[in-house]
Amino acid sequence: MSESAVGTTAAPLAAGRTGGLLRRQWPWLVTLAFALVVPWFFFDWTTGRHSGFVVAMLSQIGIMVIFALSYNMLMGQAGLLSFGHAVLLGLGGYVTAHVITASKAGALPLPLEGTPLVGGLGGLFFAIVLGYFATKQRATAFAMITLGIGELITACALMFQTFFGGEGGVSTNRMTGHSLFGLAYGASIQVYYLIVAWTAISIALMLLLTRTPLGRMANACRDNFERAQFVGYDPRRVRFFQFALSGFFAGIAGALYTLTYEIVTFDTVAASMSANALLMTYIGGVGVFAGPVIGAVLIVLLQSWVSLLSNSWLVYAGVLFILMVTFAPGGIGGLVMMHQPIWRAHRLGRLAGPYLRLLVPGLLVVVGFVLVVELCSFLTIGAAQGKTFTLSRVTIEPRTPLPWAVAAVLLVGGGLWLRQAAGGFARAWHAVVDEIKAAGMRA
Amino acid sequence: MTVPALRLIDVEKSFGPTAVIMGVSLDVTTGSRHAIIGPNGAGKTTLFNLVSGRFPLSAGRIELHGRRIDALEPHEITRRGLSRSFQVTSIFSRMSVFENIRCGLLWSRGYRYSFWHLLGRERALNEAAERLLADVNLEARRDLPAGLLSYAEQRALEIGITIAGGADTVLLDEPTAGMSRSEADHAVALIRRITAGKTLVMVEHDMSVVFDLADVVTVLVYGQVIASGPPAEIRANRAVQDAYLGAPVETGIA
Repeated sequence: MSESAVGTTAAPLAAGRTGGLLRRQWPWLVTLAFALVVPWFFFDWTTGRHSGFVVAMLSQIGIMVIFALSYNMLMGQAGLLSFGHAVLLGLGGYVTAHVITASKAGALPLPLEGTPLVGGLGGLFFAIVLGYFATKQRATAFAMITLGIGELITACALMFQTFFGGEGGVSTNRMTGHSLFGLAYGASIQVYYLIVAWTAISIALMLLLTRTPLGRMANACRDNFERAQFVGYDPRRVRFFQFALSGFFAGIAGALYTLTYEIVTFDTVAASMSANALLMTYIGGVGVFAGPVIGAVLIVLLQSWVSLLSNSWLVYAGVLFILMVTFAPGGIGGLVMMHQPIWRAHRLGRLAGPYLRLLVPGLLVVVGFVLVVELCSFLTIGAAQGKTFTLSRVTIEPRTPLPWAVAAVLLVGGGLWLRQAAGGFARAWHAVVDEIKAAGMRA
Repeated sequence: MTVPALRLIDVEKSFGPTAVIMGVSLDVTTGSRHAIIGPNGAGKTTLFNLVSGRFPLSAGRIELHGRRIDALEPHEITRRGLSRSFQVTSIFSRMSVFENIRCGLLWSRGYRYSFWHLLGRERALNEAAERLLADVNLEARRDLPAGLLSYAEQRALEIGITIAGGADTVLLDEPTAGMSRSEADHAVALIRRITAGKTLVMVEHDMSVVFDLADVVTVLVYGQVIASGPPAEIRANRAVQDAYLGAPVETGIA
């Protein structure tokens, strides 16, 4: 059910009235407001400085939100599984790096605020070239071609020095002296606000795109490409245009990446970056427009915050991915959407108890699992790094049996408890759903 | 003599060594309702697949209003005003019923691959989709994902999508297959109403539907036309009775 949200939300954009816009799009506006103020929660008033870590993380979230949403234009909206989406981000980034360098040299006095558009056009250009080949096919063949393109461009990035700069990548300096607002962009907070602006623009444009004939026919070709032919559409063209536009937004993300880090290396076009897009989009939910936003936030948090605490953040991301694919193929967005009819029927409160009963065993399992992973990690990598495993000043020795026994008890005991609680939760859930259905019948 | 809406000339189709259509020639007069009947495996659906461009021909030619269409892609044939439905319901299952219908309208209304029109603001388009939705009696299901419709409703939606583009030549592949008597009667009334003024070609197993709806009946047996003419004539035809009508399939089991 959850996947049906894309394409069925027929709600037209409120006819231009700000009142309608507020009523319909308030979650976006709240998110935007939050994005604008959140750096100030971490502002150090004694030194008068922003937290570099938080600003860097927030900047990355903005970039990845655009990247994941552009990926979902293929995956969720057009049913195209791409393994090479990073190519469009990376190439957009390289183009931007060269343009910024030219701008600083005075050859191309482009205001820095406009460079993401250049990156977008770069992404669009390469998406047109590469998409011409990739979108000749669909389904598995398309996935294979994108995989090949990803490998090809990664190899090219190491071979063609003038454009890609080889292994060292291309560095640039964003302080070009050209700005619409007279900003220097030396401080990363200024770049962050530029990212927020471009992220907001990109989200709005991508949301509007889902409501256009092309966006709708992308859904149609995803559902039934043969039928799309028999209403007059060439599915290849639909795939091509959708791919090209998706490349435009990936290019914008790449440009913002360049502005943030002032260096672009072959990592940006490589397979792991493409996998990142897949991970974020899938965990967030392919069937809901906002799903990839949630996924991007979550993965960046894992990446930058959990990676400070643990060597094993990738294990957690991987396990989360497997769990989502297995138990919630609609992603987090899908899970949220499942609650919508219950919320509308004002019966969400009925699920509070069952959810609380899931919470304790769920936490036990999570703690048990984390303990096992960390014990393993400290036994191998941690030992090599000479680190010790400390939890609030208690040093845990991974070579003794006690922590392992605790972990096993938590994992197994919590697992059994969770299973039982899940059964109770499922009954409560179905009872509420049936009740709403019955009420719907009477109405 | 006017040019027929659809003309098949010595059409042949083989899948590997198996010949499925063996020299079919057929004229469908503009504005007529033409039924193609025949026992299972006679090649009726294959014939539709050839006409609509889903499969390439092995030999022969097909003309739509005098223009050759047999080398065209399905979407190009659709754009020339020939549209078809499928025997196995073929809809956009995850999209709403309304969206299904609207997708059927988009190309013929000139939207092409536009990414600059917002569908919600296209009043004429949406009104046309609503009218069509009412035509196929699915207003009550407007916002439901099409995959959740009942079988008969999905068939109605299938017909709705097929005629949405305003095609003047409509091919319906077993529109009443698998329906109960009353559902089939409904479907026949629907087809009669919404194909008024169009050329209709349909494959049908249900003889009561065929003789109720068709002006011309063509009998296809083992990839060859054995008879073609007005229903009364076909009913009286000995060869047809031997080959088909006398057989137990007459009762309309698909």
